[in-house]
Order: sequence, then C-alpha cells, then structure tokens
Amino acid sequence: MVMRALHPLDKKVVRDLGSMWAQALAIALVIAAGIAMFVMSEGMLESLNETRAAYYERYGFTDVFAPMKRAPNALEKRLQQVPGVRFIETRIKERVTLDMPGMNEPAQGQILSYPVGDEPRLNRLHLASGRWLAPGQSDEVLVSETFIEAHGLGVGPGATITVIMNGRKRDLKIAGVVLSAEYIYAIQPGALMPDNKRYGIFWMSRTALEAAFNMKGAFNNAVFSLDPGANEDAVKAAVDLILEPYGGTGSYGRDIQISDWYVSGEIDQLRNMAQFVPPIFLAIAAFLLNVVITRWIDTEREEIGLLKAFGYSTWAVGVHYIKLVMIITLVGVVLGFMGGMWFGRGLAGIYQEFFRFPFLHFHISPGVFTTAGGIGVLVALLSTVNAVRRAALLPPSEAMSPPPPTTYGRSYFEGWVRRLSQPSRMIVRHLVRWPMRSLMTMLGNAAAVAVLIGSMFFMDAMEELIDISFNRAERQDATLTFHEAMEPRALENIKSMPGVLQAEPFRAVSAKLTFRGAERRESLTGIVQGAHLSRILDQDLKPVDVPRTGLVLSQKLSEMLGAGVGDVVIAQVTEGRRPTLELPVVQVSETMMGSPAFMDFDYLGRVMREEGRLSGAYVLMDANREAKFFHDVKNTPAIAGIAVKTTMLQSFRDTMAENVMVMTTFNIAFAAVIAVGVVYNAARISLSERARELASLRVLGFTLGEVSFILLGELAILIVVALPFGCLFGYGLAWLWTISLDTDLYRIPLEVSRQTYGMSVSVVVVAAIASGLATFRQIGKLDMVQALKTRE
Amino acid sequence: MGEDVTHPKATLKARGLSKVYHTGEVEVPALAGVDLDLIEGELIVLLGPSGSGKSTLLNILGGLDRPSTGSVEFAGQDLAQMNDKALTLYRRDHVGFVFQFYNLVASLTARENVELVTEIAPDPMRADEALALVGLSERINHFPAELSGGEQQRVAIARAIAKRPGILMCDEPTGALDSKTGVLVLDAIAQTNRELGTTTAVITHNAVIADMADRVVVIGDGRIQEVRENSARKQPGELSW
Repeated sequence: MVMRALHPLDKKVVRDLGSMWAQALAIALVIAAGIAMFVMSEGMLESLNETRAAYYERYGFTDVFAPMKRAPNALEKRLQQVPGVRFIETRIKERVTLDMPGMNEPAQGQILSYPVGDEPRLNRLHLASGRWLAPGQSDEVLVSETFIEAHGLGVGPGATITVIMNGRKRDLKIAGVVLSAEYIYAIQPGALMPDNKRYGIFWMSRTALEAAFNMKGAFNNAVFSLDPGANEDAVKAAVDLILEPYGGTGSYGRDIQISDWYVSGEIDQLRNMAQFVPPIFLAIAAFLLNVVITRWIDTEREEIGLLKAFGYSTWAVGVHYIKLVMIITLVGVVLGFMGGMWFGRGLAGIYQEFFRFPFLHFHISPGVFTTAGGIGVLVALLSTVNAVRRAALLPPSEAMSPPPPTTYGRSYFEGWVRRLSQPSRMIVRHLVRWPMRSLMTMLGNAAAVAVLIGSMFFMDAMEELIDISFNRAERQDATLTFHEAMEPRALENIKSMPGVLQAEPFRAVSAKLTFRGAERRESLTGIVQGAHLSRILDQDLKPVDVPRTGLVLSQKLSEMLGAGVGDVVIAQVTEGRRPTLELPVVQVSETMMGSPAFMDFDYLGRVMREEGRLSGAYVLMDANREAKFFHDVKNTPAIAGIAVKTTMLQSFRDTMAENVMVMTTFNIAFAAVIAVGVVYNAARISLSERARELASLRVLGFTLGEVSFILLGELAILIVVALPFGCLFGYGLAWLWTISLDTDLYRIPLEVSRQTYGMSVSVVVVAAIASGLATFRQIGKLDMVQALKTRE
Repeated sequence: MGEDVTHPKATLKARGLSKVYHTGEVEVPALAGVDLDLIEGELIVLLGPSGSGKSTLLNILGGLDRPSTGSVEFAGQDLAQMNDKALTLYRRDHVGFVFQFYNLVASLTARENVELVTEIAPDPMRADEALALVGLSERINHFPAELSGGEQQRVAIARAIAKRPGILMCDEPTGALDSKTGVLVLDAIAQTNRELGTTTAVITHNAVIADMADRVVVIGDGRIQEVRENSARKQPGELSW
C-alpha cells in the first residue's frame, strides 16, 4: 500500500535497498558503532559532570581540606577569619579497624565526627536508609552504603558492628546508611582498587569520638568552602600558617582530594574516549559508503542514462542517490542512538559500583543527539558526494552505452607475476589496478585488529603491573601501619607475633617537596638497607639498595618536579620537629603506582632526630597461621591499619576482570562489525562487479572452488597483509592508551602479550571467513546463462 | 519427426528434450520435444528468431542447464542426470564456448586468457598455437581493452579451441560485430572446424550464416521446424549481410 503511493524513483530506492540490504546493514552497523560510542561517552560525560556538580552543590562539598594533629576548638574562629573563607567545619577524623563476622583479616575504615540533630554547613550526608544519629546515643554510627552493600543483607540499620577505635573494641549500632560527596570514590590508601568489603566510611557524634580518641575540646580536621572568586592558594597558605603549631600537615584543594581526583580522572578518560574512538568508526563508515556507493552507481549507468533520457534533471538523479545514502545513514544513526543509550545505561550501572552518587541519571541532552546525527549525516554526504555528482552529471548518451572495458596494464613486478597461474595473475592485477581500494580495504581490516588489541591489552598490562608492583617491588604479604611512629622495640613485637616469618620496618613522614617552583606533597618513605620485602626498582626494573644518603624519586615524581639525579630538592617535613631538608636526588626509581619518594631508613631517622622510630612494618607471614595473626592485629591498639596483599590482588583482579570483560565484549563486537563491514562489502561489491567474468569462467569449466579462489583469494591477501599492520597499529593504540592513562596515581605498562595478538587476529580472521562463506554461497548462485547474454 | 535413428558417428544425442521456465506463477515453455544428433566433425547452424528456444537448446547441449524432461547422451552418459560437479567437468574437458559478448577476462592478456583454459585442460595445444590459428600471433600480449571487438572475439575462439574440445558451441558469435569483422570471426570458426575436426554448433538468427554449415536446423516455438543439409558449404568470405 505504501509502495503504491510512492514516486517511481522512490520505489526504486526502496527496491535497491532491498536488493543490497546485507551490505547496507553492514554499513549502517559501522555508522551505528561510531555514533553509539559518541553518544555513550558524551552522554556519560555530561551525566557525570552534571551529577557531580549538582551533588557537590546540594550537599555543600568543600573546596579546601586541612588535616592536623590536634587543634583546640577556639582556633575555629581564627580560621573562619581567613580572607576568602566562606564557611568552615571542624571535625575529628580517625582510622579504625573493624572485626567483621566471617572475615579473618580486619577491615579498615575512616571514622568522622558528624553533628547530631543539626545539619552541617559543609559535606552534608545523604541518608539512603535508616535514620540520622539520635541525641545522647553515643554508640550509634552512620555507615557508607558501599560497605553495607558489600556485606549483604545481614548488616543494615539496627544491626551492630564491632569497631576497634583507638585500640578499644566497641559494638556500635548502625543508625543509618549514608552517601557522602567526599567519598564518591572510597579507596583505601595504598590500594589499587576500591574494596568495599574491606574498607568503609563511618560517622559518629563528635562527643563520642572526642571520648574515644581523647580529643575533648579539640579537632584534627578542618574543611572550608570559599567565597566566589577567592584565591585558593592564598587561603591554603594562611590556613597552613595558622595550623603549623598544631601539627598541620598542609591543606589541599579538590585537585588532590582522592575521591574528586578519581571522578575527574574518569571524566577525562571519557573525554578522551569520545574524541578518539568514534572518529575511527566514522572514518571506516565513510570509506565503506564511498566504496559501496561509487561501485554501485557504476553498475547503474544504464538506468541513469534512461532516467535522463526520459527528462529527469541532474538534480533529480542526484537526489535519488542521496536518498539511498541517507536512508542507510539514518538507520545507522538511529541504531547508534539506541545502542548509545543502552550502553550508556549499562556503563552508568558499572559507574554506580565505583562512584557512589545519590542519583546518577544517565541522561543525554538533545545537543549530543544533534551533534552525533549531524556528524553522521555530514560524513555520509562527504564520502559519497563525488560519486553521486559524477553519476548525476553523466550525459544520457554516454550513460546508455556500456563503459569501456577496464584497462589493465602490466604491473611493475610483471616478471614475478608471470610465474603465477592465470587465476593468481587475475588477483594480482586486480589488486594493483585499484591500489587505493586495495589499500583502504587493507587498512579497514588492520583497524579491526588494532581496535581489538587496543582493548584486550589491558589484561596484559594489568598482569605486568601486578608483576612489577607485587613480585618485584612490594613482596610483603601484609603492611602494618601504626597510628604514629613507634619506638624501635615495636619491630620486635611485630616479629614475635604469631605467623610472622620476617618483618622490615619503614618510616613515612609527610612533606612538601619543592624544586624550582614545582611543588608536590608526598610522603618520604624510609626503607632499610638490604631490604628483601619492599624494594626499590631501578629504571630497568632491577631491584637496587636504597642509597645511604640523599633522596630517591620515583620516575613520576621526578617528572612532576622536573628534578633529576644531581638536583637538590627542598623537603619541608610537616610532622615531628618539622625540619626543612635539602636533599640531593641520587637515584630515579621505577614505580607503577603513586609517585613515592624514598630515603634510607636510618638516614631519615637521623634527620628527623628520631632514630629507629618506625611508622609500620612490612611482614612476610606463614599462611597457616594467618587467622591467629589477624586476631592479634585486631587486638593490638597501636596498629591503625593492615593491608593484605592477597585480598588486595583478589579484589583488583575481580574488578578488572569484570570491567575488562564488559569493555572487551563491546570492542570485540565493534571490531567484528568493522571486519564484517569491510570484508563482506568488499567481497559483495567485487562479486557484483565481476559476476559476469566469474560466471564466464564457470561456463569454461572452472569449478566453484576455482572461481571463488579468484574473488576470495584477493580478499584473503588483503587480510593477511593487514594482520601485521593491524598488530602494529594495535601496539600504537595501546601505547596511546598508556600515555592517556598515565596519571600520578598509576601508570599502565605497555605490555601486549602473544595471546592478545593471537586473539585479536583470530577474531578478525573468523569474521572474515564468515563473510567469505556468505559470499561463497552467492558465487554458487551465479547465473551462467545470464553471463552469456549480457554485455559488460 | 521420423523414427529414431541414431547416426553412427553422433557426438551428442538429444532425445525428447523439453524445458519449462518458471517465472513467478507463469510457466514459459522454451523447448518442447527436441530430438537432435550432433555428428562428429560437422558444422551445424541452429537458426531461429529470438525466443525460439535455440539458446536454451545450446545451453542444455553445452552442460550449462538441465532439461525438464528428456536426455542428452554424451560418451554413454546422460547429461540430464549429471550433478553440477560432473557438468563442470564435462564443460571443462569437452566443450569450448564462444559468446556473443566475448566474455574475456579484462585483467589478463590475450595469451593469458587462452592459458586460463589450457592450464586446466587435459591435452591442450599451446596458447600461441591457438592464437596463431585465429590469426592473432601479433597481438598475444595485448589486454582486451587494447583489442578491437573482432580481435576480442577471435581471442575467445582461440580460448575455446585451445583445449581441443570435442564440441565447440558458439552463441551468436557475430551478434555484436559488423559484417566485415563478423566474416573474419566466422572464418576462424570454419578453419578450426576444418583443421581440427571439432564438432561445431553455431547459434544465430542471421540466415545468411546458414550457408557455411554442413547442416542447418531451423528452430521455432521450441521445436525443430526443419533440418536441411547444404550440398556445398560456402566459405565465410562469400557471405555478407
């Protein structure tokens, strides 16, 4: 019915599409892949940005954070008076250990004071379930939602958890489950990935914490919001000056606040993805459209001549073909929109596991759709305009007569070609006859391989990162941290704990490092000579002893400060006697995580005038006595925290496996779309162009296999040639990823395993074979009789 | 037609051939009960207007198509019962084809087009030899785009005869050529028939060409209307249209 109402030319559009639907669909899918990636990343970017801004705004997220040892409440007034400060909140913030049922090793946490019966001006919490803290109830606690979820349904409002605060075990009642803008991303210091089961955030009434941590009339953490237009650096400097006598370790802004840092990092990564991946897909789609439409129009010469002979204008003929292009493009765009929204929702789900917002609506603004659609249409038009123009301008008389037979020539390597069989010569001459087309098909296949390597190499890189970080550098089973630096005999106590096979002390002091105007807050870590557990790696990743004097900078810190071996870095220590040290850089070490600075343990002790004191210890333990060891750790008041390697690695691997699986599945699907799009289209077009030639060969007695060899052999060559290039491009893509993901928190080593190459190549080869088989079936349907009757 | 008497030297023996094409819901009969022998070494012209069924007959005799009913006996075997693979082998080893539109492979030179067939044939002549037979020794290294229509058709003939086929099938070999060039092509066909003794069937709607045949079969409405033997074959040079 609909067809009947259409203009005859439009009927032709519909029927033409029907006859080339598989090719059209392959192109539409490649367009869809590009559009989907764009819509997904741009939409996610927008959603994340808007959600973060709204969350921060609505819950009063602070601009400046200032930790200190202990300051009297009276100091709050002075801090409030610093020019540029709008609001201030003071609070108590401490580390706690938890004894969770069913878990041998202790869980870790942060506990913060929170007003009772009143809302703070800054960092207000969002109550997800339960209720706020009740006045007079000193054993009530608010718990972060991620921790509650990780521990399952048994734990929730009304339940009791065992918290070890300042060495004393306390049973606390969960009043409510909350979310905090300060802990959108909650990660334990030193961990690779959030482990919600082993790390939680807790809030209690100030009076309860004052009592538990001997902080009556005092605070150890202040947060500030600033007046609009205030100079953040000036505020931080003034605050640091006031807090120095009270053990202030230096105030910092949102830029290095861990949670915000991660969210920003993710936003940057999405931006990279939005700029980087969709163009690859759209370029391939443009190439496919160009090839398919150009070749297809070539087969339509007679029809064009006829239309023009009937009196259709150049414009009408042009529009006819543009309509066809636009229908394919629009199908791709719409599929892309749907795919983008679908992937986007999926991604938002993954994000919600790591980034905890009270609301995260995946929302795509009309602008994103308009841009994506506009780019898609523009790319399609640009890639086909030339072919359409040529067709439309063809004079009818010329169009009605068949095109002259394709002129082939001898190639430069004719001597070599002559040694081949005739069908092989046909392949070589055909490849050489259309070098651009061959090159583009080859590049398309290479791109498919590269996209796969570029996504699958992450697993290799992560294994390499684990190997470097945990098998070569940090070989301890667990790291114990004290609340504050302890006397040397603390090491003996650790050594005598059950199951401890070996223990090495370390000292960590926080400091501000400066070199020629560059500044960085970092802790100076003192490690012992001849260390077996925590070791420094040189730039070739070989373990080396820490030099007896001077400073070792990690590669990243060296880059950030711009200081290398021989330079003298100024370190203002912000604890103990707060010395200012001039430290010559004696070595630059390689680390995958963080940007640490190392010194000799004894040397650091001497300059701090606290010889032998340790902040904690690296421990090697007997796995059989783990339970007893953990039990003792939980019951040792001086121990503030423990990081266990196996659990850390396990959660890291689980998380990576899940994320990489999702990403890899997407990418395999996309790469297969590219491979099929390129190979299938190339095969089908070649088939339609050469149908007569191939059918003639069938008449001459060539078997189906022999004829297919001529067509598919050419594609096979283009794929085989594409594979090494694809591997090369893939390596380049991996390299680009490592560069764009090189942050001060971690670096991704450039490591691509043979399995990754093999797997990527296999996926493309399988996709190509599938396309080949589909084409093979078409070759079987070639009409030999027709070939005899029709002219070129 | 009279009683079934098989000619003692028949290369191909067709009996009761009929062919019905189904296009959508319409049945189009193209052949209706054709009996025909191709006799070893003869040059036979199948004459008829377009739509008469002559091409259908040639396609069946050449192993490109199967009849709806009837049989075609070749060397004791029935082509009508052969599968695709066996038909491919039949064409490959025993039949040479010449088409109206030459159907040369554009990416191969004249010699290479011939070699395309000699490479897969059991007992071929050399490509140069085949091209010399059709008078193209001078142009063996040219690509089709560099040859005239008549030259292209002669390459096609060389390609068809190079395998020393038992049967040469020519479907409107002069259909796309002018009279003068057409004569040159027919000359090449007549010469190979004479010198190699190849059983040759030429399809045409051009009655003039019938004069060069040993035997003329007139086809109309899917049936054989008339068979006549020429007492004397004319040389192609004596023909014109």
